[in-house]
Amino acid sequence: MTAANILSSISFLQVTAELLQGFGVTCLLFILTLVLALPLGLLICLGSMSKIKPLKWLLRTIIWIIRGTPLMLQIIVVFFVPGLLFHYPMSSRFTAVTVAFVINYACYFSEIYRGGIESISKGQYEAGQVLGMSKSQIFFRIILPQVFKRILAPMSNEVITLVKDTSLARVISVAEITLLSQDIVNAHAIIWPLFYAGVFYLIFNGLLTLLFRFAEKKLDYYKV
Amino acid sequence: MALLTVSDIKKSFGASEVLKGISFTLEKGEVLSIIGSSGSGKTTLLRCLNFLETADSGKICVNDEVLFDAEALQNKRSNRVKSNDLRKKRLHFGLVFQGFNLFPHYNVLTNVTLAARLLAKESFKQECASIKSSYKGDRKQIKRQIQLAKERILNGIDSNAKALLEKVGLADRCDAYPCQLSGGQCQRVAIARALALSPDILCFDEPTSALDPELTGEVLNVIKGLKSSDRTMIIVTHEMDFAKNVSDKVIFMADGIIEEAGTPRQIFDEPKSPKLQAFLQHES
Repeated sequence: MTAANILSSISFLQVTAELLQGFGVTCLLFILTLVLALPLGLLICLGSMSKIKPLKWLLRTIIWIIRGTPLMLQIIVVFFVPGLLFHYPMSSRFTAVTVAFVINYACYFSEIYRGGIESISKGQYEAGQVLGMSKSQIFFRIILPQVFKRILAPMSNEVITLVKDTSLARVISVAEITLLSQDIVNAHAIIWPLFYAGVFYLIFNGLLTLLFRFAEKKLDYYKV
Repeated sequence: MALLTVSDIKKSFGASEVLKGISFTLEKGEVLSIIGSSGSGKTTLLRCLNFLETADSGKICVNDEVLFDAEALQNKRSNRVKSNDLRKKRLHFGLVFQGFNLFPHYNVLTNVTLAARLLAKESFKQECASIKSSYKGDRKQIKRQIQLAKERILNGIDSNAKALLEKVGLADRCDAYPCQLSGGQCQRVAIARALALSPDILCFDEPTSALDPELTGEVLNVIKGLKSSDRTMIIVTHEMDFAKNVSDKVIFMADGIIEEAGTPRQIFDEPKSPKLQAFLQHES
């Protein structure tokens, strides 16, 4: 019996089970990031467009920093800085990675929202105003629904990138699918689990693409 | 007693003074046309009336109620009018825009009903409270009565909107979206939308300027059809024949002042000021 034979004694089913476990972590990170970053991004966007100058500049600086540095670096910073600088270590690796992802993606989303909001004509606000609507009514009933339609394409881009970015979580050893497949490769000297992991991403993103296409069709009942 | 009294409205954008003191009055049921070349301040005047711009000085009164008084605002040392106040004041005026500004994501009926529904929603809370107090404790009754009241209000709004759409000739397009309508139809929806809140004074800002020539007729006819003893309108327009036919009063503006004002006959047939004479010659 050669060494290679001993090493490769892991079955397809075992690999599948292992990767599915990792994919669960990947999905959880993806969904949590999406659910938290979408509303947070809107808040950051409104703040960055606010008339309150200090708030505006603070948020624009944060957006600049977050978009200007690697997400991987941000994950490491979020994980280590609370413990090293403030003696208040992160409770779990997964929390750290989620926090980093939410902040990062909220900033990207906020810029997408901003583009969408700024693309709505002034006339829409004025039409609402002369009809006696309040500012919040104008925003939620008139502006935001139109913004959603306009930002769907850039959002789908960003969401698909998010699926793939979750693999960065392995930098602080969060057991997501890429890390697990890499572990199998290292332990058993076989290469195919890497491609197998790739298939998971591909299928997931394929489904998301279909979902976004469906949403686009749903919103196609009106044109601007 | 005049329905609308506008006195000495001034407005500057930076160094350029767009309105240099505009005063006029309007009686209930009158139609006022404002004519003049581009840049004479017609649109700005309309926007000041609708509080889309805040005039630098002057006074606007509707029905004896002071809606805007620049001096009083300055004395208060706050240029900010409370937004709730402002919303109420705006409801005295309706505005039809040059570019329609319909809400593209709502169908025709919703475009017309939306604002009324939102207003009703706000005042509905008080009604709920009064229902609750008159049916003390009887939860089932309260729920039923609130439901009934809600339906009554919504039905009222809907039937009012449908009547207005009928009036502008679009009763059969309630479910259409603005993108499916022609420009003329869009503008007629916009007119119905402005009428839905029954403003005291309905303003039109060049309602046909964004339309193809063959579509202007249908919109002008609708506006003409709106003329009645209790509907007061201000129309900024470049359609001279229309202004001549439909208005009771005409104002000719030039360089931010009212150059000449009078009846359509005085303005169009016996123009006095050389500027007006030149303008009319140019237009015809």
